[in-house]
Amino acid sequence: QAEVEETLKRIQTHKGVIGTIVVNAEGIPIRTTLDNSTTVQYAGLLHQLTMKARSTVRDIDPQNDLTFLRIRSKKHEIMVAPDKEYMLIVIQNPSE
Amino acid sequence: DRHLSRCDTKINVIVHFCDRKDEDDGTEIGEGGDEWMHGKTLIKPPDQLDLTEAELKEEFTRILTANNPHAPQNIVRYSFKERSYKPISSVDQLAVHFFLEGNLLHRDSDEARRQKAKQGLPDEKATVALECDVSFFPQLQAAGGEEAGDVEEGGGEDGAHSVDSKTGKKEQKLTNQFNFSERASQTLNNPLRERGCQTEPPPRASFSATANQWEIYDVYLEEMQKQEKNKEKAKAVPKKEDDKVIYVLAKVAKIIERMVNQNTFDDIAQDFRYFEDASDEFREQEGTLLPLWKFQYDQAKRLSVTALCWNQSYKDLFAVGLGSYDFTKQGRGMLVFYSLKNSTYPEYNYPTTSGILCLDIHPDRPYLVAVGFYDGCVAVYNLKEERPEPVYKSSSKSGKHTDPVWQVRWQKDDMDNHQNFFSVSSDGRVVSWTLVKSELVFTDIIKLSLVGAVSEGPEGVPPPTMACGTSFDFHKQINYLFLVGTEEGKIHKCSKAYSSQFLETYDAHNMAVDAVKWNQFHPKVFISCSSDWTVKIWDHTIRTPVFIFDLNAAVGDVAWSPYSSTVFAAVTADGKVHVFDLGINKYEAICQQPVVAKKKTKLTHIEFNPVYPIIIVGDDRGYVTSLKLSPNLRSKPKEKKGQELPRGPEVEIAKMEKLLSLLREPENSKA
Repeated sequence: QAEVEETLKRIQTHKGVIGTIVVNAEGIPIRTTLDNSTTVQYAGLLHQLTMKARSTVRDIDPQNDLTFLRIRSKKHEIMVAPDKEYMLIVIQNPSE
Repeated sequence: DRHLSRCDTKINVIVHFCDRKDEDDGTEIGEGGDEWMHGKTLIKPPDQLDLTEAELKEEFTRILTANNPHAPQNIVRYSFKERSYKPISSVDQLAVHFFLEGNLLHRDSDEARRQKAKQGLPDEKATVALECDVSFFPQLQAAGGEEAGDVEEGGGEDGAHSVDSKTGKKEQKLTNQFNFSERASQTLNNPLRERGCQTEPPPRASFSATANQWEIYDVYLEEMQKQEKNKEKAKAVPKKEDDKVIYVLAKVAKIIERMVNQNTFDDIAQDFRYFEDASDEFREQEGTLLPLWKFQYDQAKRLSVTALCWNQSYKDLFAVGLGSYDFTKQGRGMLVFYSLKNSTYPEYNYPTTSGILCLDIHPDRPYLVAVGFYDGCVAVYNLKEERPEPVYKSSSKSGKHTDPVWQVRWQKDDMDNHQNFFSVSSDGRVVSWTLVKSELVFTDIIKLSLVGAVSEGPEGVPPPTMACGTSFDFHKQINYLFLVGTEEGKIHKCSKAYSSQFLETYDAHNMAVDAVKWNQFHPKVFISCSSDWTVKIWDHTIRTPVFIFDLNAAVGDVAWSPYSSTVFAAVTADGKVHVFDLGINKYEAICQQPVVAKKKTKLTHIEFNPVYPIIIVGDDRGYVTSLKLSPNLRSKPKEKKGQELPRGPEVEIAKMEKLLSLLREPENSKA
């Protein structure tokens, strides 16, 4: 189980990764490597978007489910991997 | 309000009867009565005043005044202001003698206009009413002639008139044309009082939810699961520790890591999928290898790659066995699994005490891995389980090899549905291991004995009779047939049925046979390679090789491609990969490419991916490099126009057969 911890650490130290946030089912950040205000903002907005995306996918086929969500913007890429209870958000700068 | 105001105004109707008038009338009548009676004798009424003559002759003056003699002269009114009766100063002296209400109307009055309108209306309408009205008019006039002053009579007519007007005309609603008075009264209203009380509102919580299709589906799923649980009466599963949040994230973290890696190595991922070297068209028949990911694990730095194997079910997963070929530097080993999706960190890794020399993944059960060690043990790992030890391991009691195990191969399940695999080792034994419950049961299949002259040693020590097997391979279709390569350079064709005899022996190489592999398509062809710098292709019915290739360096490994029967690749100790396509060029490699940076790195193993056009190459520094085959290396025979080319293994077999037949003929002609 320390593997998970290690995996998270590896992600954080991976090339180009700006920050990682772990958010719970209500949209409250639990763990983060960014500062507080940024974290709260990311958590709140992305939580809503993920819920909407998941709802969309499942509405089309209830047996389907959202695996992950990528938002690529000019400056960086936000990756969200939702789970039943938690959500992991990683912000990476893909091309460095 | 109108009612109230009417109440306020007092209507005084004073009807006074003038008593005196009556008296006067009475006296006059009395006098007249006197005349009626036999008026000769004057009868003195008894109560007549007796007046003296003087009083009788007294003159009384009679003045004619405008005063009403009958009007009272001392009307007294109660004054509330002075709280006493006070005489009214002036008394009304008006005496009405005669009163007649006329029936003439001024022509401009409302009443007159209305009557005119009525009369002016066409005759068919309300003629009845008109007649009624007209009929009443003479009555009115008649009434007017009589003594009247009776308001009541007029009122009665008025009532009749108004009724007629109502019944007569329906279109034109006539309002009441005569004065009418409304009488109304109102009782006192009770004053209103409002009384209220308020309780404390019940606590409220707002609840909102959506009823999407998937939410309904989820609920149904939960219900089903609950029902199933009740049916099975499952034991209570201990809950995960909730305070350790991050352990729940295992799967999610993995996904994210892969995504992050994909981003970092985005260009490689794109190349892997889509890049086709366009310059191959200009390069006649040669091809190139495009380097893709490079896999390394820092904990495996000193170790060399001793085995590679792709997983048949998960096409992006491969296993790397790490150990050491240097028999002086024997230490630990490692079993590492990588996925193409994550090149920075292995999916699974199992450290071992002894170096691994070979491994094989079960074709049907992708979670079972058989491993052969340098110390002679074999072990089976189950990837599904969490623990780092193998589920089965052979020990010295249970017949482990006494020398390094060079090759393991899974076999089909035996009749008891137990999995089993074979291993070959330098101690000359080919052993079959069966997984029975929790143990490995071994069976010696064959003992490799030295073929050839048996010479006595100097001290009479019997020479080693066992050959050292270094590689083996099972025939793809014929299950019992397999080949074993030995350290002496011979290849033996054996059968599982015969434990002491070989079916055939080939003098293959001058040095140990490093790899021997059956062709994936053609049932007769196999390939072998050795440290004597050669790669040889055989037809198992012929004792001499069909093709021989000299690669100028010790050949570490050779592998057939899964997509073509004539393509194979070999790796050499000088860091090069050689790819041959016998269909294109029978004598030379169509690709010879160094793939590792430093020339001193020896390439040890090579494997083709079953689906993707990539190969993985392991070297002695612990790195695994993946390379993409350029189109020329995977060429299919050209299609003739209009003809559909049949695909499938038959084609491949035919291809090879053609090649072989070409070779056989000159041989036959030679022979």
